[in-house]
Amino acid sequence: MLILARKTDQKIRIGDNITLTIIEIHGDEVKIGVEAPKNVKVFRQEVFDAIQKENKAAAAGSNTLNTLSQLLKK
Amino acid sequence: MDVKTKFNTVVTVDEDHLITIPEGLFGFEDYKRFALFDSEYQPLLWLQCLDNQNLAFLTIDPFLICSDYELDIDDKNLSAIGLKDPADVYVMAIVTVPADGGAVTANLQGPLIVNKKNRQCMQAILADDRWNTKYNILAALKKREESC
Repeated sequence: MLILARKTDQKIRIGDNITLTIIEIHGDEVKIGVEAPKNVKVFRQEVFDAIQKENKAAAAGSNTLNTLSQLLKK
Repeated sequence: MDVKTKFNTVVTVDEDHLITIPEGLFGFEDYKRFALFDSEYQPLLWLQCLDNQNLAFLTIDPFLICSDYELDIDDKNLSAIGLKDPADVYVMAIVTVPADGGAVTANLQGPLIVNKKNRQCMQAILADDRWNTKYNILAALKKREESC
């Protein structure tokens, strides 16, 4: 893991074609510009985590059909 | 082919309903081969894993439950499943049925995109914050039943 300090307007270059720019620092919030090729998937970590968590929640359990039939009867 | 389901039944599925997810679903990257068939509860479909009988998901056509649903995915990402022609696209949302009887929801933020021509599929993550992972579908389903 690389750990480094950057100031406003400074950049980090990752590989040949990804650049992160520190746009603004305000208290505990940092605004970051991400320049990456369109085929590179860039997500907020929590969005990625939410999708993965939802997939795991969605994997059918042994009671899924019973639960569904009861809900649809109401 | 005959497909053994999570619920220990055997369902005959046409070859054209067998789907490959080359990169797997997020959190289930090892499982690539699936069969798609009608569930006991229309219009829900089963996405049954062929690599692991115990793994199955319910899915739904998101446009049936959310009329203003839309998704914008970069063409370069879609090329991973060889998708070029919009006419070849089939979209599914994964459905969550909580064991505690909580709301049945569809994941509109992480839809599955299928290329109907080669039956390759990928899970997309939408940046559009109008869509989240827990869209309540029961009310929408009931409404649809009444109008049918």
